[in-house]
Amino acid sequence: MMDGSKGFDDTLTGEQKIRNFNINFGPQHPAAHGVLRLVLELDGEIVERCDPHIGLLHRGTEKLMESRTYLQNLPYFDRLDYVAPMNQEHAWCLAIERLTGTEVPRRASLIRVLYSEIGRILNHLLNVTTQAMDVGALTPPLWGFEEREKLMVFYERACGARLHAAYFRPGGVHQDLPDALIDDIESWSHEFPAVLDDIDGLLTENRIFKQRNVDIGVVSEQEALDWGFSGVMVRGSGMAWDLRRAQPYECYDEFEFMIPVGKNGDSYDRYLCRMAEMRESLKIIRQCISKLRNEPGDVLARGKITPPARGDMKTSMESLIHHFKLYTEGFHVPAGEIYAAVEAPKGEFGVYLVSDGSNKPYKAKIRAPGYLHLQAMDHIARGHQLADCAAIIGTMDVVFGEIDR
Amino acid sequence: MSEALQELAALIEAKQPDAVVGHAISHGELTIEVTPNMIVGFVEFLRDARGCQFSSLVDITAVDYPAREQRFDMVYHFLSMYQNTRIRVRARLREDEVMPSIVSVHPSANWFEREVFDMYGILFSGHPDLRRILTDYGFRGHPLRKDFPTTGYTELRYDEEQKRVVYEPVSLVQEYRQFDFMSPWEGAEYILPGDDKEAAK
Repeated sequence: MMDGSKGFDDTLTGEQKIRNFNINFGPQHPAAHGVLRLVLELDGEIVERCDPHIGLLHRGTEKLMESRTYLQNLPYFDRLDYVAPMNQEHAWCLAIERLTGTEVPRRASLIRVLYSEIGRILNHLLNVTTQAMDVGALTPPLWGFEEREKLMVFYERACGARLHAAYFRPGGVHQDLPDALIDDIESWSHEFPAVLDDIDGLLTENRIFKQRNVDIGVVSEQEALDWGFSGVMVRGSGMAWDLRRAQPYECYDEFEFMIPVGKNGDSYDRYLCRMAEMRESLKIIRQCISKLRNEPGDVLARGKITPPARGDMKTSMESLIHHFKLYTEGFHVPAGEIYAAVEAPKGEFGVYLVSDGSNKPYKAKIRAPGYLHLQAMDHIARGHQLADCAAIIGTMDVVFGEIDR
Repeated sequence: MSEALQELAALIEAKQPDAVVGHAISHGELTIEVTPNMIVGFVEFLRDARGCQFSSLVDITAVDYPAREQRFDMVYHFLSMYQNTRIRVRARLREDEVMPSIVSVHPSANWFEREVFDMYGILFSGHPDLRRILTDYGFRGHPLRKDFPTTGYTELRYDEEQKRVVYEPVSLVQEYRQFDFMSPWEGAEYILPGDDKEAAK
């Protein structure tokens, strides 16, 4: 009876009573990916209950949006998921375009696809590499951020800002891309696979990385449905669900790409999915570039919701009035409601817009994928070790800009 | 697209005549209006029925119309990955009414309902844990109601003497600017400057 099965009854004193321990994980913990506060109830090192406290980054975006014009609201979307800003703007533009019935010029559509995919790579690079950091590897983030920096330069060259782009506008994109930029993106797209292979070599067969991720945070197909998951969180569980394919928006139906799916629904499969998605995004980027070269033309639908051409403004009084009214009063959107969703890198990012026919949205609800993923934290983390919490937060790909809004 | 939605609406109306009040299709989206107290059974039907299979909850939110007698619209969005369709469910609610919670059908409704409670003050019966979620601990009021000012009522700062964060009533150096962009020739719902003299004569 030396194995302890007899128990310790004979020596048990008051001080030795075992009780569960409540600890705060965050909001300043580096592995909390921002301002997440988890209240964890621990039995030894096993998580018994996990209560995420969110809202520490709540800025009241939806309230602010109700007192600003449609165009003034656009930059708020950059500040939601600040890891891939343009993908958010996309949803807002789509919502307005569907309500007003605006047709986007083809060149603008291609540019949007190009930059959405750059955004996806930006996001996955950050997620994959910081997740590696959460489980103890320091090199991947350094390598990944170097590439992110190059992509940010592409953002900057297109719109002037590295992060808060405000580049997608209702009716198209703000400015045309110079040819040199398109060439540079193409040459980058040929260099990048080597970097991906490097990161792959560091992580995919890494013993520690696998120990920390395989069979951690397993999500079954039914769980993914119950908890309303989207994006990589469902694809990791074996469902080939991607809005770009299932409900094509913009011109995604013209592109050839594959949808990687996982098998076991664990943290490691989701990592593999993200790595594969980056390669697929590269394919889309290359196709986009070859299409863009044969597609000169306008990048904004000319009409009431977009500014007049600069040249017209200098010569025509009507255009000048139009420009002035557009940037003061803004455009009016016909009364109605719409839900527009895009496949953002983190999952389905949607905007529910209610318009009353004025120049400001009556109600705008932002549906952030991370909100639902984090909600399931209690369900997923239960029964895991405390150290696995960091891996689970990493694999869920939470960014507090979009969750707290 | 629209025909398939018509068929779906007809199917739902035929199967759930008690719950459904009406339906509308606009911009290629189907909206079903239901009575609030039937929502749980209706959502369960949407999830399980063949031909529907709206098994993932996309979003829950509310819209505030202060002028209306039934002040709030509860809006639910569902997605069927199997049928590849979306549906919107709407229920009108008076301010003093309680909405039944659908957490028992969709666990993911939990945080959405907490958020609606936080932002609009709508209570959900049967919700396991109806706490505020996005606003500050100890926050008062429901910010997304139309009668809640955008500036809020309190502001906070770090007080150097007390060595802690203190809450104070909002004091604005300048009035919060809500611009009136409507052209006075078209949209003014107030007396234009100068017109008051006309009435005084």
